[in-house]
Amino acid sequence: MTTLVEVQDISKSFGAVNAVDGVSLEIDQGQFFSLLGPSGCGKTTLLRLIAGFERPSSGHLLIDNKPMDGVEPNLRPTNMVFQNYAIFPHLNVEQNVAYGLRKKSISKIEKEEMINQVLELVGLSELNLRSANALSGGQKQRVALARALILKPKVLLLDEPLSALDKKLREQMQLELRHLQRAVGITFILVTHDQEEALTMSDKVAVMFDGKVEQVASPRELYERPTSQRVASFIGAMNFINGTVMEAKNEIGINSDILGPLTISRSQVFGDLTENKIIIGIRPERISIVSDGSSVTGSISGRITDASYFGETTYYKVACGKGSETLTVSAQNSFGQMDYQIGEEVKLNVDIKSLVGFSD
Amino acid sequence: MILNIKPETKKGWRLLSTPFIFSILLLAAPLTMMLLLSFWTQDYLILDRTFTLNNYIEAFTQPVYQLLFSRSLAISLTVTFFTVLLAYPMAYFISFHGGERKALWLFLITIPFWTSYLLRMFLWKVILGYNGVLNSFLLWLEMITEPLTFILYNANAVVIALTHGWAPFAILPIFVSLEKIDRSLLEASRDLGDGPFHQFFRVVLPLSAPGVVGAALIIFIPTVGDYITPKLVGGTDGLMIANMIQVQFSKANNAPLAAALSVSSLMIVAFISIVFVLVNRKHLRRY
Repeated sequence: MTTLVEVQDISKSFGAVNAVDGVSLEIDQGQFFSLLGPSGCGKTTLLRLIAGFERPSSGHLLIDNKPMDGVEPNLRPTNMVFQNYAIFPHLNVEQNVAYGLRKKSISKIEKEEMINQVLELVGLSELNLRSANALSGGQKQRVALARALILKPKVLLLDEPLSALDKKLREQMQLELRHLQRAVGITFILVTHDQEEALTMSDKVAVMFDGKVEQVASPRELYERPTSQRVASFIGAMNFINGTVMEAKNEIGINSDILGPLTISRSQVFGDLTENKIIIGIRPERISIVSDGSSVTGSISGRITDASYFGETTYYKVACGKGSETLTVSAQNSFGQMDYQIGEEVKLNVDIKSLVGFSD
Repeated sequence: MILNIKPETKKGWRLLSTPFIFSILLLAAPLTMMLLLSFWTQDYLILDRTFTLNNYIEAFTQPVYQLLFSRSLAISLTVTFFTVLLAYPMAYFISFHGGERKALWLFLITIPFWTSYLLRMFLWKVILGYNGVLNSFLLWLEMITEPLTFILYNANAVVIALTHGWAPFAILPIFVSLEKIDRSLLEASRDLGDGPFHQFFRVVLPLSAPGVVGAALIIFIPTVGDYITPKLVGGTDGLMIANMIQVQFSKANNAPLAAALSVSSLMIVAFISIVFVLVNRKHLRRY
């Protein structure tokens, strides 16, 4: 895979605020790359730096090995799908889609053909002459996509493109976008604050906090092996348990109130173990509830204190150990799954292999 | 039959009644009187109330009135053109580069209004006169050898004075329409390959067209009937139809003819404005 976009130690400050703070990234050709983070983490600023709407305070950007210092947005091989779509209200669908074709020396017939092709690609055939004001949110988004894709950019930048759509349409568009990206083979860079969206759509995700990139990884790695507590709690739900390091060699021995003594591999622990304190993270679905009677070795006793029903899943809060600490446990409401009542005494089985440890 | 009026309807009528009576008394009534008057004849001290179209025939056939009508329209259209042309960059600057000082810039634009219109127009005599500020300055620079005379007491002077006097009325509607343009559209146009030039002509100008059309109407309609500016700086070559109407009402003691000239002027302005709006109606959609 060749690197298409190279962000080299880019910073951008607005007054005293460092919106982007020393970010370096490499994005491969044909990749679906997401910038994920809470609002105000600098992900949109980074996208605008790549598009050329902002100039970096320091650092460099290369697209296809060409430096982009001082290159205006209209001369970059990037196109953008704006958060509010930015559809030109005085033009109809066809005119919007053809907007960027002005400079290309192509015949009218060819142009017409390109427009129809791209409209078909985004699922808007036969709407060529509809006024921009008569479009729904989802249709506007498709026009914005078509308008950018028709120019065959090297990189397509998407700034929270799905945030204005309702849940059903959003999920449908996530799939469509992914299919579209595979079909056209263009590198997509997506900005989103929705972790589910980032996980389902991307090949690679960069998680950003306070202007810095905290972790760049594939969705699976990000979810299963988050390198910091911040990333772990931002993506999905995770139980954090305070523990003490008893032994730190290739294997790490940990003791904690809730889980008791256990041993995990060094590769499951992130950060330097300078102190003997450690925080253990475990996803709710990596704990299973077994009824009180059927005791398995190594299982933990607890009592259900709360149950939240989410349809396909139920989240239980289970009080364990001597203290008042509780673990969140999720149970798929699949065939044969038991229902537990609040107050019920249960045993928990923990998947030790999926534990992660953080030194901070 | 029992009148069954909803309470909201009653409330609406009550609210409307004051402005309604006001506009009947101060707008519809005088206009009707003027219209009636224009069909009568002044016979020295007696007003002959037999219906006649003679005033209108005179207004449209006498060369002097034809000249004054066409001159008024020419001056007014020129003023409209230059005012909008000069106001646009100012409105553009305030809207796009005004930053946090937009309010201050708008405030500064209103400063000329602190002096009366009459005084402002009168001051153009001081600026444009034979020994005026402009001529003295150009003589001092030795750019001219004798004072320029084509700048005062003719139509040029009327155009200059009116363009200056009406500029704020053009700046404001254009400013408002520029403010309403979603800034992400500008970025989209850059993103899709436009430089600043194409961005302006493909996005900014079409989207601010309602403001430009509005500004043009705001300038054109009142300046056709301007009376004081041609009186002060227009000399004889710069006189406009309003000056003739005033003469007919007072010195010439021919109120019916003056009324006919007024009504004709009103019709011409209304006709041109309607045509202008119809021609531009595709730009007047609200986005």
